[in-house]
Amino acid sequence: MPATVIPSATVPWHGRTMLRHVDAHTLLRYASPVILVLLWQGACSTGMVSTRQVASPMQVIMTGWGLLRDGTLGANLGVSLARAATGLAIAVVLGVGFALISGLSRLGEDIVDAPLQILRTLPALAMVPLFILWFGIGEVPKIALVALGATFPIYLNLHKGIRSIDPRLLEMTRMLGLSRLQTIRDVILPGALPDLLVGLRFAVGMSWLMLVVAEQVNAESGIGHMMMEAQDFLRTDIIMVGLVIYGLLGLVSDQVVRLMERALLSWRPVHQRGQGA
Amino acid sequence: MNAVVMPDGMRDGVAPANGVVAINGLTRRFGRGPAVLDSLDLTIAPGEFVALLGHSGSGKSTLLRTLAGLDPVNEGTLSRPDAVSVVFQDGRLLPWKRVWENVVLGQAGADRRDRAIAMLEEVGLGHRVDAWPLTLSGGETQRAALARALVRRPAFLMLDEPFAALDALARLKMQRLVSRLWARHGCAVLLVTHDVDEALMLADLAIVLDRGRIRTDMAIAPERPRHHADPGFIHLRGVLLDALGVQDD
Repeated sequence: MPATVIPSATVPWHGRTMLRHVDAHTLLRYASPVILVLLWQGACSTGMVSTRQVASPMQVIMTGWGLLRDGTLGANLGVSLARAATGLAIAVVLGVGFALISGLSRLGEDIVDAPLQILRTLPALAMVPLFILWFGIGEVPKIALVALGATFPIYLNLHKGIRSIDPRLLEMTRMLGLSRLQTIRDVILPGALPDLLVGLRFAVGMSWLMLVVAEQVNAESGIGHMMMEAQDFLRTDIIMVGLVIYGLLGLVSDQVVRLMERALLSWRPVHQRGQGA
Repeated sequence: MNAVVMPDGMRDGVAPANGVVAINGLTRRFGRGPAVLDSLDLTIAPGEFVALLGHSGSGKSTLLRTLAGLDPVNEGTLSRPDAVSVVFQDGRLLPWKRVWENVVLGQAGADRRDRAIAMLEEVGLGHRVDAWPLTLSGGETQRAALARALVRRPAFLMLDEPFAALDALARLKMQRLVSRLWARHGCAVLLVTHDVDEALMLADLAIVLDRGRIRTDMAIAPERPRHHADPGFIHLRGVLLDALGVQDD
């Protein structure tokens, strides 16, 4: 899945309005998924759907509680989080590094950009067999896969951000006699920060995606492993607990990046916040 | 006040003479097109306020960019002080720096904030010191840009249609402000404008540029403060409008 620069308009921000206007419209928005879950529960309870195919919501909750109490969930979650965080950290370093090299100099762009553009069209998941041959089946290939997938959105967005700095501002800083270093620090980096954060948000999503696959191939721990093991024992309830956990992880990490945006981009007028670039 | 820009092989020793800014035979063309600036001569005395008028494409912006050091000098000579400042039409504040940080951007010293505040108070923006630039109105943005230009104590200040985007009332206020600031700081000023009345209100000398040449070069009587309704302006306004190709019936 090639990582792309997704236009900012695709990520609107509803948080503020949701808090203020709890009206019929909002209630309806929440009611719909709740009703779906109730229907699901009903279908399972009445035997319309076999619980061997799909565990009921109650079952999922009970199983999740059980896994939490016996420590299985906590241990696997810890392993998964550590993998995602390590991979993401590597991706941030690489993505920001490459973007600075190619964003700040023509020569750097010539050297760095072309190979990265070629690599990014490669589906990262197709690297799994190669990574296993190279790195074995330990932690390394999993972290490497996360890092590989998450580097591109960071690189592409930050690079775009640096390149699209308003040339009139750069002209102005030249007039004011700012040094190259001051210009990078005071103009280019803060100007590209909104794009970096958009990239980070896509990178976070990408790292969970990579992790799911990495943990289902030759893993001995982690949420993905827990789910694969459950598959062998036909435990749809455990599989669904895993799905819920992945969903929650994605949601929480996305919120964390949004909070970072609000804190770091406080200079933007309220109506522009959370809209990426 | 030293010669800063000299084309290669053309050090002909044109001294700044009596001007803080001296342009001699400045020619600039893009590609093989007609000259945008055509062997232009212009001298601006220390503390003199010059208004530069002209149609779009008359070479005003090119002249200003050359004076600002943003465009190179290929033909002719140019000498100007090192301490120059420019205020652009669009303010050009960094949106991610607070107003006071914009004012002293790139300036060193522990008293940066104090200097910024003093300057902002001088331009009537003392109440927006810590504001984010995107929350400023158009007039406030230009005030901040003026503060940023003046805090550097320029010997020569260039104003590139600084009030063009403002409404009529804000523009009048800004003209008064510029007049006051100029009187206090005593720097030479080059004001690029479309507005004949603005030139008459502010300048010692009005220059009309046409196809890269100075078409009209008119001194304005020095008494100040001036008033828009001054009957003496009627004739001058007619001359300038005529030079700009607008017939005043």
